[in-house]
Amino acid sequence: MRRRASRLHRGAAPGLVLGAGLVAFLLAMALLALVWTPWPPAAIDVPHRLLHPSLAHWLGTDELGRDILSRLMAGAGVSLKVGMIAVGLGAVPGVALGLIASAVKGRSEDVIMQLCDFAFAFPALLSAIMLTATYGAGIDNAILAIAIYNVPVFAKLTRAMANSVMAREFVQAARAAGRSPAGIAVHHVVPNILAALLVQATIQFSIAILAEAALSYLGFGTQPPEASWGLMLSEAQNFLFVAPRLAVYPGLAIALSVLGLSLLGDGLRDALDPRLQKIAWQRA
Amino acid sequence: MTSPLLHVTGLGIGFQARGALTPVVQDVGFTLEKGRTLALVGESGSGKSITALSLARLLPPAARVTGHINFAGDDVLAMSERQLRALRGRKITMVFQEPMSSLNPLHSIERQIGEILELHGTRKRDIRDRVVAALAEVGIPDPAGRLGAYPHQLSGGQRQRVMIAMALVNRPDLFIADEPTTALDVTVQAQILALLKDLQTRLGMAMLFITHDLGIVRKIADDVAVMQKGRIVEAGPAASLFAGPQHPYTKMLLAAEPKGAAPAVDTTRPLLLQTGDLKVWFPVRRGLMRRVVSHIKAVDGISLQVRAGHTLGIVGESGSGKTTLGLAILRLIRSQGPIIWLGKDISSLNSTAMRPLRRDLQVVFQDPFGSLSPRMSVAQIVEEGLRIQNSSLTATERRSRVTAALAATDLDPATMDRFPHEFSGGQRQRIAIARALVLEPKFIVLDEPTSALDMSVQAQIVTLLRDLQARHGIAYMFISHDLKVVKALASDLIIMKGGKVMESGPAAPIFAAPQHPYTRALFAAAFNIEAVSAAEVAG
Repeated sequence: MRRRASRLHRGAAPGLVLGAGLVAFLLAMALLALVWTPWPPAAIDVPHRLLHPSLAHWLGTDELGRDILSRLMAGAGVSLKVGMIAVGLGAVPGVALGLIASAVKGRSEDVIMQLCDFAFAFPALLSAIMLTATYGAGIDNAILAIAIYNVPVFAKLTRAMANSVMAREFVQAARAAGRSPAGIAVHHVVPNILAALLVQATIQFSIAILAEAALSYLGFGTQPPEASWGLMLSEAQNFLFVAPRLAVYPGLAIALSVLGLSLLGDGLRDALDPRLQKIAWQRA
Repeated sequence: MTSPLLHVTGLGIGFQARGALTPVVQDVGFTLEKGRTLALVGESGSGKSITALSLARLLPPAARVTGHINFAGDDVLAMSERQLRALRGRKITMVFQEPMSSLNPLHSIERQIGEILELHGTRKRDIRDRVVAALAEVGIPDPAGRLGAYPHQLSGGQRQRVMIAMALVNRPDLFIADEPTTALDVTVQAQILALLKDLQTRLGMAMLFITHDLGIVRKIADDVAVMQKGRIVEAGPAASLFAGPQHPYTKMLLAAEPKGAAPAVDTTRPLLLQTGDLKVWFPVRRGLMRRVVSHIKAVDGISLQVRAGHTLGIVGESGSGKTTLGLAILRLIRSQGPIIWLGKDISSLNSTAMRPLRRDLQVVFQDPFGSLSPRMSVAQIVEEGLRIQNSSLTATERRSRVTAALAATDLDPATMDRFPHEFSGGQRQRIAIARALVLEPKFIVLDEPTSALDMSVQAQIVTLLRDLQARHGIAYMFISHDLKVVKALASDLIIMKGGKVMESGPAAPIFAAPQHPYTRALFAAAFNIEAVSAAEVAG
């Protein structure tokens, strides 16, 4: 009762609009950067290094005289790619494994979950080093390493929540109607755990962007002179006291995109819940 | 003449949300004297619990209370927080419905009860003795030995006894019991009621008893106030209220107690279902290699028969294995022993071979909130079985069958695109019945389908079930702990305890003259509470 009232005060719908707006802006920047940036993002112009913002360089230039706005726009594409592919590649097998573990129970469930614990023991960094050692450094291997790290995260969450849904009587009723285990997973379990999966996906997305930054810093991710927000952040570290804005801009870009995505995730969760739809409708 | 202990006049309670005040209780007034019991009766949402909470000012901050609550000469609504704390747990105490969630799982019994004593100024060294005395008073065996026990180590009845001990240890003037026996088995229920009645007489306190169960009111109350939609619609001494109810709502409540008996068994009808020595044993695994060290025998050798168009009642208390038996017959859990459906053993069929049979074997569960997926509309829920079983149907055909099923359960088919949360408990149970009905089954397992519902709704569902059986000739296996409902529906009966059959056969002779001692105890608890308390006092 009170929860509903406070939700009404806060307003679920404006969050969804703001989140969608931020994400759309980000996507537009990334797409625009494919065809046009104010300056070539990798063009070095040492005489004009560390310039303050001006009409020519809206956000100034970095330590090699490259235009920061152009590099931010180019980096948006990389960061979005990392976030989306790493979360997608992690979530799809992760959710599937979690659902299978929850549906089969018994010995197979134990085996799947122990494999997940095993995978958890390898941080993204370690997988990245192993992949790089085998296939060479590059953004694709970094994405794969982050995706591998995401698999057990989704598998564990899915299994825990699917188990609680499986225990409910509407699942028994579906079995009594003749639904197969796969049908139950798709029609009954997934819709009822989707909200939490969405929230987890936005969290993993921001972790992925930050992980790419860390991997780039160590030389396992984006290779210079390509731009990514993470790489810009780590390159700015040496100039933190001379030109702190070099770190502020990519940091702000990461923060805004994470904010946009979590607002979008929260908004979608509420919009997908039929129990809250009536309230949203009453607001209108 | 002294003033009464509790005198409530013009009590109004509303909840403030977003500037609007939603009234939930209006113009409620009653008087309660020391040593007497007032029963506040009503269905869920009638405002009876809110009224009780307001007496000790325990409502959430959003509540606005108006009117007068006079307790032992003091105006409760004018009291400071400090005065209220002295009142709560000392002069006014409460016991709630669910004893497991009312006790802190991390505190021992001694600490739970000791805390109340300590808060109200008992000296530390006296606490242990008083806790032991309080436990002895509520009939906990070996009270000194149970001091270190935690809530999960006690049975439901024992937990409720501990709650009562906590409530009574400070010798309150007013004791409020909010549905204290609803979560308990019927035999335990009878013991707790007898205990409460006995303690009240001994301690001379006033008791406000909140319940939806008129059977309990009849046994325990001196006065009754019937609440509906936040108002008291009728009040008076219990005897005269039961003898001659005035208000239509009271009359309806009294009429709602399930009545009637099922027809006798017609042995000419064909046998639908038979089991022979059905067993469901859950292995208990221990150690590194997960060796099976023993079994939990949930269902231990049950043989039963169901005839077409008849109802088999399965009666037992919680943990007796009756739900497990139902799931095993539907092949939703693994079991041993033959299950003969229409002359064919289905116990070893795999899930693909079972699928076409599922249209004939349906199920309705107890909890109408848990049994409907919150993410699906009513139409999607009801048509799910059709999609699986009659995949050749077009969308229009499916919709017309869903319409027919909803209409058969007295639901408005126009509401089929709404979601479950928009319906009341009784309506949700009708949706669950419609889901079973849409496949035109021959046999439905009804697992406590009325237990989560209000009394008047219960009666409607029983009538609906009876009606559907007469019209479509469906056989039921009716699982319940509520003997009154079973009596109204079942022509055959099985009494279960600990996974085994205690007594079985045609229902009428068993109700007339139960043979097994356990059956007799069960019936005494359900139909005649005094018999049990008398037997207990004698024992």
